[in-house]
Amino acid sequence: MEKKLKVLVVLLLLLAFYVVNAQQHPSVKDEDKVMTVKLCDGETYVQLEGRLPNERLSRSEAEAVTNELMAKWLAKQPPAVAAAWTKEYQEGKKKAQQKAQAKAGDESVKQEKQTYEFTKRDIQMWERELKKLIDYGDQIFHDDQLIGSTNGVSCAMCHPNAANTHPETYPKYQIQLQRVALLRDMINWCIENPSRGKKLEPDDPKMRALEAYIMSQRKGVPMEYGKH
Amino acid sequence: MLPLKWEKKLQEYMKSRERWFSELMQAGSTWQGRRKFLKMAAMAAGFAASKSFTPHSFQLVDVVSSDDRKPFTFAYISDSHLYEKTLNERFVRQLQRAVADINALDPQPDFVLYGGDLAQLGQPGELKLGAQILKEIKAPVKMMVGEHDWFLDMGEVWRELFGPPYYSFDHKGVHFITLMSVNEKDFWTAKGYSPMERMRIVAGLDDARQSPFEVGEEEREWLKQDLQKVDRKTPIVVFSHSPLYKLYRNWNFWTEDAEEVQALLRPFEKVTVIHGHTHQVLTHRIGNIHFHGMLSTAWPWPYAPTGLPKLTVQMNRQNPFNQTDGLGDGTVEVHATGRVDKHYNLWNRNPMRVSARYLDSEGAEDRPPATTLPSY
Ligand SMILES: [Fe+2]
Ligand SMILES: [Fe+2]
Repeated sequence: MEKKLKVLVVLLLLLAFYVVNAQQHPSVKDEDKVMTVKLCDGETYVQLEGRLPNERLSRSEAEAVTNELMAKWLAKQPPAVAAAWTKEYQEGKKKAQQKAQAKAGDESVKQEKQTYEFTKRDIQMWERELKKLIDYGDQIFHDDQLIGSTNGVSCAMCHPNAANTHPETYPKYQIQLQRVALLRDMINWCIENPSRGKKLEPDDPKMRALEAYIMSQRKGVPMEYGKH
Repeated sequence: MLPLKWEKKLQEYMKSRERWFSELMQAGSTWQGRRKFLKMAAMAAGFAASKSFTPHSFQLVDVVSSDDRKPFTFAYISDSHLYEKTLNERFVRQLQRAVADINALDPQPDFVLYGGDLAQLGQPGELKLGAQILKEIKAPVKMMVGEHDWFLDMGEVWRELFGPPYYSFDHKGVHFITLMSVNEKDFWTAKGYSPMERMRIVAGLDDARQSPFEVGEEEREWLKQDLQKVDRKTPIVVFSHSPLYKLYRNWNFWTEDAEEVQALLRPFEKVTVIHGHTHQVLTHRIGNIHFHGMLSTAWPWPYAPTGLPKLTVQMNRQNPFNQTDGLGDGTVEVHATGRVDKHYNLWNRNPMRVSARYLDSEGAEDRPPATTLPSY
């Protein structure tokens, strides 16, 4: 019952605007200036003096017209129908107001927090992606096959939990490499020498994962590039 | 120096430890324990009789007289982690280098302790290769088992090659005990791991899926019975693969029932524990017990991030551009007093000596020179 009423109200409003906009009176004199707005029951109507039939009403004017139309229609309804309609209408209005207030509140917070922010969901997603890369690195770090070792030597055999890899000390000059080494240069050194494998390209997914894992094991350690 | 608050806590801890130890000792000789011992002794004797090659058969120990002790030296090699020669020749060469070192000692050591982790993945081929290389050693060899030797077939091949995994013997007035300290509670059956998976998990030092190392109840009972025949004044040297104390659980630098074992050793005046597994210079003292680590011939481990004993003077961290750096072998000099000086023969550095005097003085005297480049 209530749903039907709601649908009815929406239809009524639509019709009201349709009537306002649809009536075409190309040329009228001042005494003809009357706008008639009819409800979709075809009976109830409101007349506006001094407005052209096809004139556009402001939002508040249109609201006043529809309120009047509905009041007239309600007056003609049996009391039970009128009461049910009124109740639903008021509840709907209250909800809409609350929603609008909440939205306004959000906006004021946003203004205080500057240009952009991220949600819990964003953080969860980023953490999940990060963990994936670190876990892959963890796996490669502990697996001589994945690192391409030909002699069974994996990274973790000398560096449990990536101990003594000290990523925070790079870049630094390594006389044996005759240049400034980055962490990835040392990773490749280990792959080629103790593990007797083939070195990885700097952008190889395995290299990226290994770097991610090694760094993840040193969280909170101060950066100290150049330290020997 | 420790802050006062910690010092107090430490004292409280030591007091409660004292109580705990004495209670444990009183709980000593129950009839169940004795029955278990007899069963075990019979088993071990049967085992020894069934094998033609027994480098160290089970023997009931006579009380050692403390008058006729003379100083002597034994040597050690440990943690070679051999793969098959075709897969990794470097580890093989490094063990051979240690064997050559020991054979070149003049005078020769009375015997050589092999400290465990002869193989990398417990493969019969790896263990047999190791046994073959160790046969080149001129002095008698005492074998100890490591977790890498054990967890593929739960020691089957190792026992076939080298005999029982724990035993005791007497030498020049010192009572020696070799323990199997790397038992682990079953973590594999419930998870359905295959023997190879189990081996690989245990071989991963930082693999948290495994259980902590332990001597275990049965072997502790054997130890208790073994020690009952030893005079309290007789110096004792214990070989264990894992450190017989709790250093760092994450890497199994740890023995879960260390306190129970220490309690059994506590009534004796002079006890020294020589352990493998940690692949580094490591020094500790708990009351009457001095602890020394052994070097590896395969690779050095980093020092654990926490729990490092106060008395440990760290060896220099490995130079990554020199693959035999931080490796080596060594000797143990047993004084007439029964206390020992531990010698670390580091292949690319000055040798290190950690003396009994250093430990006896709680680090006040004879401190070994420290490196300027400690671990990160
Ligand atoms: Fe080892
Ligand atoms: Fe080990």
